[in-house]
Amino acid sequence: MAKQDMKKDVAVPALGFVGMIRWAWAQLTSMRTALFLLLLLAVAAVPGSVFPQRAVNPEQVAAYLTNKPVLGEWLDRFQLFDVFSSAWFSAIYILLFISLIGCILPRIKKHAKALRTPPPRTPSRLNRLPENGTFKIQSATESGITDEQIVNDAAMLLKKRGYRVQARPEGAVPSVGAERGYSREIGNLLFHVSLVGILASVAVGGSFGYGGQRVLVEGETFVNSLVSYDSFKPGTWFNEESLIPYSVKLDKFNITFDRESTTHFGQPIDFTAEVETRRSPEAPTQKETIRVNHPLRINGADVYLVGNGYAPVVTVKDGEGNVAFSGPVVSVPQDGMYMSVLVIKAPDAKPDQLGFQGFLLPTAMTDETGFAISGDPNAINPQLQLNSFYGNLGLDDGNPQNVYVLDTDKLTKLNDRKLDSGGIVLGAGQTYELPDGKGSISFDGLKRFIGVDINYDPSKRPVAIFAGLALLGLAISLFTPRRRAWVKIKNSVDESGREERIIEYGLLARGEDPRLESEAKELRKLLEQQWPAVERAGV
Amino acid sequence: MGNELPTINVALGQYSDLFMLLAAFVYAAAFIAFAWDMAKSSKLIREIEASTLAAETKVLVAAGVGKSTTVKSTPVGEELVNDSMDYVPASEKRMAAKIAVSLTWLGVLMHGFAVVSRAIAAGRVPWGNMYEFLSTGSFIVALVFVVVLLKKDLRFMGTFVIGLVTVMLCGATMGFPTPVAHLVPALQSYWLIIHVSIAVAASALFTISFAMNVLQLVQHARVDAIAAGKADKFPFMGVVPSAGALENFAYRINAVAFVMWTFTVMAGAIWAEAAWGRYWGWDTKEVWSFVIWVVYAGYLHARATGGWTGARSAWLSIIGYLCLVFNFTIVNIYFNGLHSYAGL
Ligand code: HEM
Repeated sequence: MAKQDMKKDVAVPALGFVGMIRWAWAQLTSMRTALFLLLLLAVAAVPGSVFPQRAVNPEQVAAYLTNKPVLGEWLDRFQLFDVFSSAWFSAIYILLFISLIGCILPRIKKHAKALRTPPPRTPSRLNRLPENGTFKIQSATESGITDEQIVNDAAMLLKKRGYRVQARPEGAVPSVGAERGYSREIGNLLFHVSLVGILASVAVGGSFGYGGQRVLVEGETFVNSLVSYDSFKPGTWFNEESLIPYSVKLDKFNITFDRESTTHFGQPIDFTAEVETRRSPEAPTQKETIRVNHPLRINGADVYLVGNGYAPVVTVKDGEGNVAFSGPVVSVPQDGMYMSVLVIKAPDAKPDQLGFQGFLLPTAMTDETGFAISGDPNAINPQLQLNSFYGNLGLDDGNPQNVYVLDTDKLTKLNDRKLDSGGIVLGAGQTYELPDGKGSISFDGLKRFIGVDINYDPSKRPVAIFAGLALLGLAISLFTPRRRAWVKIKNSVDESGREERIIEYGLLARGEDPRLESEAKELRKLLEQQWPAVERAGV
Repeated sequence: MGNELPTINVALGQYSDLFMLLAAFVYAAAFIAFAWDMAKSSKLIREIEASTLAAETKVLVAAGVGKSTTVKSTPVGEELVNDSMDYVPASEKRMAAKIAVSLTWLGVLMHGFAVVSRAIAAGRVPWGNMYEFLSTGSFIVALVFVVVLLKKDLRFMGTFVIGLVTVMLCGATMGFPTPVAHLVPALQSYWLIIHVSIAVAASALFTISFAMNVLQLVQHARVDAIAAGKADKFPFMGVVPSAGALENFAYRINAVAFVMWTFTVMAGAIWAEAAWGRYWGWDTKEVWSFVIWVVYAGYLHARATGGWTGARSAWLSIIGYLCLVFNFTIVNIYFNGLHSYAGL
């Protein structure tokens, strides 16, 4: 009605403020708007796959901004690197969900009413329905069955087939009205409500969660507290006290590589981390494993295996003969053969601080051009190839430093392939004396490390539940046929004065219903079983 | 260590490769036969038209000139196909179609052998890389098609469906040949079986409904043109049911496929949660699965929105399918993301 007014009368204010709001609401909650917003949502998601996204690949976004600064800045201005948290994407889905709520609330009300309403009244002419039929049965005097009995039996019969029925024995033409498929609308509503549930769970649940990363070398223990994380990202409403102090110790990490295939030789086929866990400081230790696709579930948090590599164990002695550094050093794999880069810092070395950078080769070999390479991902012949430095490591100015990067600004080179001293080449168990009595470095052994993501997301369970309900609702809604059926009894007297009794039935589909025809056949069969059809009496 | 991997049977893998190639040839032959049937059907329709015209004339003569009759109000081709897509007696004459269907069955058997033997050779489900997605996916499309053919006369779609299967299989064997190998750890999960198999089955159904929606649009345009008094440009469309019947049939298939796709997306989220520590992260593949889902949800909505049924909703189904194809090809090959298992 409001729409009509709008067309005739351009002066919008004539509608009044309340009228305007009503009109806007009616527009927003119309099917047309829902459809439009849905399609808009699909279109709006696409740039999220075209441009790198900060939430997924922050490095790629940074690289994009350096490579194409002008275009990048414009893209950034339109939040194209943050599509799924952007103002415009949010606007679309928030409008869509408002529209959705505005749409389902009245439908719930209407359907609640429909559930209490009896099936629709019997049409006067069933032969107009898409499926219908008649057959003659024995008359009341012949069989002694009353109309009321027939009506009640027919109602029972329809009820058994899932119809909701109303027997209408009164009147000249006794009949049964039946309808089935109310669950179609219930399924549809369940589906749409569950969508709201998913969105709400994501929004609320997610903000109580947190995520973090940690590198663990064999033998090391992670205790769940803020200081133990290498990096940590809290949700909006995260509270530090919610961290339960469980612990995870990495005993051993195993990798299996493909040793049979000629085409995929050396491809990893299994990663397993053997860990010892404690649910709380007092709890007993448990032996568990973490594998790809099989995270460790501990106190509501999940620990995922996301990376691995070698951590050579080294000891650095300084110029005074004291141990300046000793322990495993995490190296970063560069290729499938685990050729890895590493940096060693010995800030406690005296008189000068010492630093090293170079490679670990798990299976050292020389290729045809004379370069040192790793020939196998397993540590068959591990070797360290390092350059060394002395001077100021730059750790004292208080700025946080990346442990994987050696800042060589204030350092002097000691060993390098290009220097007379040459590079350091160390096999397992070997020690190298640094030039000028600066100290020594020894390669004591090799351990493996794993990188884990630790994640606590309280939205998981509610999202899973709502998703399950949505799927259920969807299936119910799409596969429940909605039908109406009527059965009538017509008593009359034919030309020869004989009593006649005719059963008439008709079916009507509401919406798409390919099986209406077979339903009609089945119904006729059942009706005829109940009251056998008779030939015309006396013929 | 709880994770013993089966040994790979290289010889059997090579047999599988051979049969894939042979199946592709057989499908190509079936495709030609289907095309031949279409061409012949145009002729058949003209013959039937001529004979009904003759019959009509007879009726007119018998009934006496001047008395108007409405003997034939059915559209052209009604004798060859009906709207519930049942087999009709007149279509018995379609020799070429029979040959095409037999060839398709032969292709499906060989293809099935190839897929199963690859699975046995690798000791796992045969969908772990692009070659396997394509070869197994095309098998499911062909299988669904022949199974539906048992009950419904969908031979009018043969050229399209078997053409597509041929292209997919050739794409697999020529574009992405990959010898049998173990799965990378990320794919060693029973979710691979669930998630990917349902995705492939849903895609196969979407393929069939896509073909119907395209035919629906063509039929629609053709009937409009004929009604406007223009010549029938695609007489072979006489063996294709009416636009309305195609639309309804496509809708039913799309509804089933949509539920399966919804399940695929959810299963993917569960798997992602186990594998990557989050159930949804807007990875490229996730973005596109979402887009596809929303477009098809839009399609289902459109069917219930005034003014959007018929050709418009058919377009949405077609767009949804194009997104699906895009997701499967361009995104798999050119976009990088966590789902980079194409084996390229
Ligand atoms: C979050 C966005 C939405 C999504 C993803 C969505 C999805 C769907 C899907 C998949 C269907 C078909 C399955 C079924 O019948 O249950 C459907 C049906 C329906 N939706 Fe939505 N919907 C959304 C929002 C809305 C909104 C805002 C409205 C109201 C304006 C609405 C009203 C309806 C109605 C009335 C049907 C039934 C159509 C019929 O009778 O076939 N939906 N929706």
